[in-house]
Formats: sequence, structure tokens, C-alpha cells
Amino acid sequence: MSEAAIRPARVALVGNPNTGKTALFNALTGSRQKVANYAGVTVERKEGFVTTPGGRSLSVLDLPGTYSLRARSPDEAVTRDAVLGRLAGEAEPDVVVAVADATNLRLVLRLILELKAVGRPMVLALNMYDIAQRQGLRIDLDGLSRELGCPIVTTVATRKRGIAELTAKVDELIASGALSTENVWREPSAGEIRSAHREAQRILKAHVRPPERPDTFTGKVDAVLLHPVAGLLILGVLMFLVFQAVFTWAGPPQDAIEAGVAWLGAQVGTLLPDGLLKSLIVDGLFAGVGSVLVFLPQILALFFFIILLEDFGYMARAAFLMDRIMGVAGLHGRAFIPLFSSFACAIPGIMSARVIDQKRDRMTTILVAPLMTCSARIPVYTLIIGAFIPDRTVGPGLNLQGLVMFGLFAAGVISALIVSFVIRKVFWRGAVEPFLMELPTYKVPSFESVARNLLLRAQIFLSRAGRIILPLMVLVWVLSTFPGPPAGATGPAIDYSFAGMIGHAIQPLFAPIGFNWQMVVALIPGFAAREVAVAALGTVYAVGDAENNAAALGTQLANAWSLATGLSFLAWYIFAPQCVATLGVVKRETNSWAWTGVMFAYMVALAYLASFAVYHTAVALGAG
Amino acid sequence: MHEMLAEEAAAIPAGATRLSQARPGARGVIVDVRADHANEHGVDVHELERRLLESGFVEGAAFEVLHEGLFGADPIAVRVDDMRVALRRRDAEDVWVRLESK
Repeated sequence: MSEAAIRPARVALVGNPNTGKTALFNALTGSRQKVANYAGVTVERKEGFVTTPGGRSLSVLDLPGTYSLRARSPDEAVTRDAVLGRLAGEAEPDVVVAVADATNLRLVLRLILELKAVGRPMVLALNMYDIAQRQGLRIDLDGLSRELGCPIVTTVATRKRGIAELTAKVDELIASGALSTENVWREPSAGEIRSAHREAQRILKAHVRPPERPDTFTGKVDAVLLHPVAGLLILGVLMFLVFQAVFTWAGPPQDAIEAGVAWLGAQVGTLLPDGLLKSLIVDGLFAGVGSVLVFLPQILALFFFIILLEDFGYMARAAFLMDRIMGVAGLHGRAFIPLFSSFACAIPGIMSARVIDQKRDRMTTILVAPLMTCSARIPVYTLIIGAFIPDRTVGPGLNLQGLVMFGLFAAGVISALIVSFVIRKVFWRGAVEPFLMELPTYKVPSFESVARNLLLRAQIFLSRAGRIILPLMVLVWVLSTFPGPPAGATGPAIDYSFAGMIGHAIQPLFAPIGFNWQMVVALIPGFAAREVAVAALGTVYAVGDAENNAAALGTQLANAWSLATGLSFLAWYIFAPQCVATLGVVKRETNSWAWTGVMFAYMVALAYLASFAVYHTAVALGAG
Repeated sequence: MHEMLAEEAAAIPAGATRLSQARPGARGVIVDVRADHANEHGVDVHELERRLLESGFVEGAAFEVLHEGLFGADPIAVRVDDMRVALRRRDAEDVWVRLESK
């Protein structure tokens, strides 16, 4: 048996964005999928397997959507290189399946003309064919197939129609021994794009009759959603709902996860003798797993809305509505989504910055995303506000504590805008890249696609973030545990550990901003995740189970710290550079230690400056 | 400098205006896509021209301005043939159109 007969044939799905390519991929491969990264880049590699009616197994690659092989973003570069067989560690595809939205053929025809130049055997899948028929769009399939020189299959991916026909066609193409012709593709010039347009126009005219009942739904919905005033108001209401979901609905499952992991840890703990091993497993591993899992409900709640709105076609509208406002700070309208996501956690926010195709805008967005007040800061804010800010009504419906909380959020947003403005001036010298974005037709999201995508996000978060956070938690446990306290020690154990030593050693650096050594020590475990600082403060002040006993810890802090110190700590946490998981994700997404370093350095500098200013202002006002 | 401007102006089809000046409801045909003015786009002018072409802004395409943003009436949403595209007015300056009288 030859090698070719054993290995599955490789099929690559290529198409414009918003053509239902991923839905087709899901319909083809079902649950037989695996997601990884392409070597050296952070673009997701989605591969699935399917067996054709003739019994041939196919490995299907879902390539990122693109309008042209002339790639503008890392995602699009992967598509180009995969099709051209230039991608490191990837064999060239045996068959290319071009996926087209049957109701919008003009753009995909140009992509198909480019794919033809590449010369691989190709099948055209006319997806959303049911919508085309409903609109009364007449496509001369035989003529179009002859014209393009490739077989055509009509599909409705969301209803799994045409899937067997598609795989049968691919099988047929391979069995017929269709070989690649010479690759004559090169990056098209403006003149060549114009002639491709003319060619696409000619083909359309010859083989497609325009719809008798064109889609008017999108136009009607846009009249409301893109209305200059109503559109922004609706966006505001939607954001508010998402915010509510992320902060309120995610609460109970988060508590359940925390309690569950703690209970499990305690159960395991009873089986183990007291000692280092028990401490490692209970305080290191279980606490570490818990600190990863606890983010899951928020990430799922956030991505549920993002995926739903994206599939509906709304996210491009949100970018349109926000473009001018974001533009004041030199950001792209598309940056709105990643920055908004960062209110839950900077990690999914930074991961979703991939939707921005301009490198500079993406970098700026990634660099400022951690300034958005993520949910991990909330326990810290709650603790310090509860301890130092009086619970007082300052106006109708206005509570002073709530006002301070709002102020901290606002300070994060404002500093993000200022920093991105400065980044643009310093690194990009004021250049603003063009903003050109398709506004796709609205589509009813399919439950299956949303659910599948959501599962994928959860899986990615657990495997990627988990792989960084878990070892760090163990490292922090080591730092906080070793060496153990000497016999007869009276202070808290952490005081004698490496973390304690580091805290004492660098405390003089923090004295000008009013931090005592206990705070500096608490910042070290806070590196693992920002909210861990609360538990660490509990440890150094010897308050057991500080996370569930915030009131007791708050009282302790109110006695031990001056108001100026408390405010200084809050100011530090607006910037709080010490989240290693975020730094790890930034390294992955930018593929650069230099940018990661720039981010860490500027955040430390801002945190220090802000705390310095707040501390000394407060002392001068008599709060020292 | 003045000569160059005169030369450019001569090359622009008579009666054409910039897409960047069109208001919602304006419709017509794209007559010229040229990236030749001094506006800073962050990419070189030929790259901007190619991006506009790739997004469907090509000579002969029918267009209609559908929506504009609240602040500075920017960006704009434009129907080009059978798709909808959002772009900023500054990038729309390079697209010359002939308006259809209403």
C-alpha cells in the first residue's frame, strides 16, 4: 500500500469572512476536531476529520477567512501560506474547498480567481444556498462550473445539507488523479485587482441573475442599529446587559467552583499526613486549579455574548459606532471588542485582539487591554474600599463606596485612552491606518454553532491559561512556603519565606508610596493572579480564610494602615502590572519579549507614579 | 506644486466629487479610485488604493451612502454593488464618484 493511500487526504477550507465557513467545517467534521496553534504563530489551527461516502478519510483544515491571498493580518497570512504550501510543518493541501456565500458571489469570485492561479484542485461550495433560493437568485451552476473549471456543490451548512455531496466531490477529484497545475500566483497590483473585478463582473453577468426578492432585513435593522443616536444608545444598553451578566450571573457558579475545589482539596487533605506534601497539594495544586477554574464562568458569560453578537453580525456595527470615539485615542473601532472583553479578564480580551487586522492597532490594543478593570481586581477593590471608604450616601442614589468603585473603573479607562494616545505618538509617529470593514448581512445565530464555539473558548482558556497559571501558582506556593519558620517563631510563616525575604528587601523601594512590608509581601503571591493578594494579606495579617472573611481582614487593615496608604494601594491596583498570566498571553500574542517588557515597564511606572501622587496628596491633606 | 495640482485636477472626470463629501442617501457610480493626495494614511498610497479596490470600491461600481456616525458624521457605511462597507471619511477621499440626481 502506498503512503498516499494510508494518510488521509488533506482538504483546506478557504473563503471570505462571514460565509459560514466554520459552520460548514462543523457540519463536515462534527466532533472530530482538534484545535492547536500553527508553529511559531498564535493563529488557531482547526483540523477535523471526515470519511467520504466512498470510504476515504479526509483531514479538513478550517483556514482563517480572507478576501484575498494578499494577506494583511497574521490570520490571513496563515491562509495564504497554507494554500501555497509554504507554512512550516504543514503539507500543502490536496484539494482546496472554496466556500462562498451564495448570496454574495462578487467578492469570492476574485478570491477564486486567485486560488485558480495557485493551481490546486478545487471544489466550490456555494453555502447558504437556501437563502439564495428564497431571494429568487438564479445561479447557472453548470455554466459557472465550466467557467471556473471546478466542480460546484450547493450546501446549507447550518442544516447539514449538501455535506455528503461535497465530500463525494472531493473524493471524486482525488480519485480522478487531478493534479496541481503550476502555481502562478503572485501578489496582485492595483491594476490586476481592477481586471479581476472586471472578470468577476463578467462571470456574474453571464451566470447569475440578480435576486427577485433581495434581502431588505439587514437594511431595516441597520436603520435602527446604525442610527447615530439610537444606535449608540442600544450599544450602551447591550454593554450594560453584558456587564450585568459577567458580574452578576457568573457569581453563583464562581462561588460554587471555589467551594467545590476547596471542599475537594480538604477531602484530599484529610487523606494525607500533615506536612509539605499535603501543603503542596492543598495550598499549591488545588488552590492553583481553583484560581484557574474560577474565571471560567465569567469567560463563558462574556464569550457567549461576544459569539452571539458576532454570529448575528452586530460586532462590525459596534466597531462602526465606536470608531470615532476610539479614534480620539488613536484606536481602531475594532479595538472596542477586545477592550470591552478586558473588563472581565485581560486574557480573553488580548486573545480577541486578533480581529484587528492592522498590526499597529492590534499592538496598541494589546498593550492597553490590562488597564481595563478586570474582575480579578474587584476583590481587592472591595476589600480596601470596605476598609477605608465610609459607607455613606452622598446624593440621591449615590453611595460613596460605589462612587469610588466607579472612579477606579473610570481611571482605568481614561488611562487606557491616554496610554494608547501616547503609544501612537511614540511608537507609530501618529500614523493612522485605514479603516475598511465589511458590514455583513444579519443572520440568526445557530444554537449549535454558538455552543460549539463557546466550548472551544473554554477549552482554549483552560489549556493555554491553565498551562501558565498552574505552574506559577506552584512557584508562588514554593516562594511563600520555603524556608519554613524556625522553631518557636511567633510571626506568620510567610514572613520567614523567600516571599517574606523579597518583600523585606524591596520594601524601601515602596516606602515612598506608603507601602509597608506586609503589603509588599502580599504583592508577590499577587503575581499569580491579582485577587490572590487578598488571600496573601490575610496570611500576613494572620486572618484565616481572608477571602470569605473580608470584613475581619478589612477591620485589621483599617487599624494597621493609614488612609493615605489604603488609597495608595487602590491607585496601585488601577495599573497592577503583576499578573503573570496576562504577561504570558501578551508574549504569546505579540510573539515578542520586547513588547511584553514594554508593557510591564510602563505599567509598573504608572502604578508607582499614581500611588506616589495619591499617597503624598493624601498625606498633605492630613490623611497620613 | 501648482502645476501638479492642475494636472491632477485635469485628470479627474468632469462632475466627479469625493466620496468623503457624500451624505447619507447620496448614490451614484464610482468613477475613479486614486490614491494620490497628501493625506497621511499610515500605509503608502498604493497600498490604500489596493485595499479600497479589494473592498469593492472599483470604477463602475454602484454605491449608496447608507449611514454616518454621530461625531463628525464619521465613519460612513456605504453600499457598494451588493455589499456593505464601513470606512472613515479620510480614507474615502481617494474615491471619486458621480452622484445620481435624486
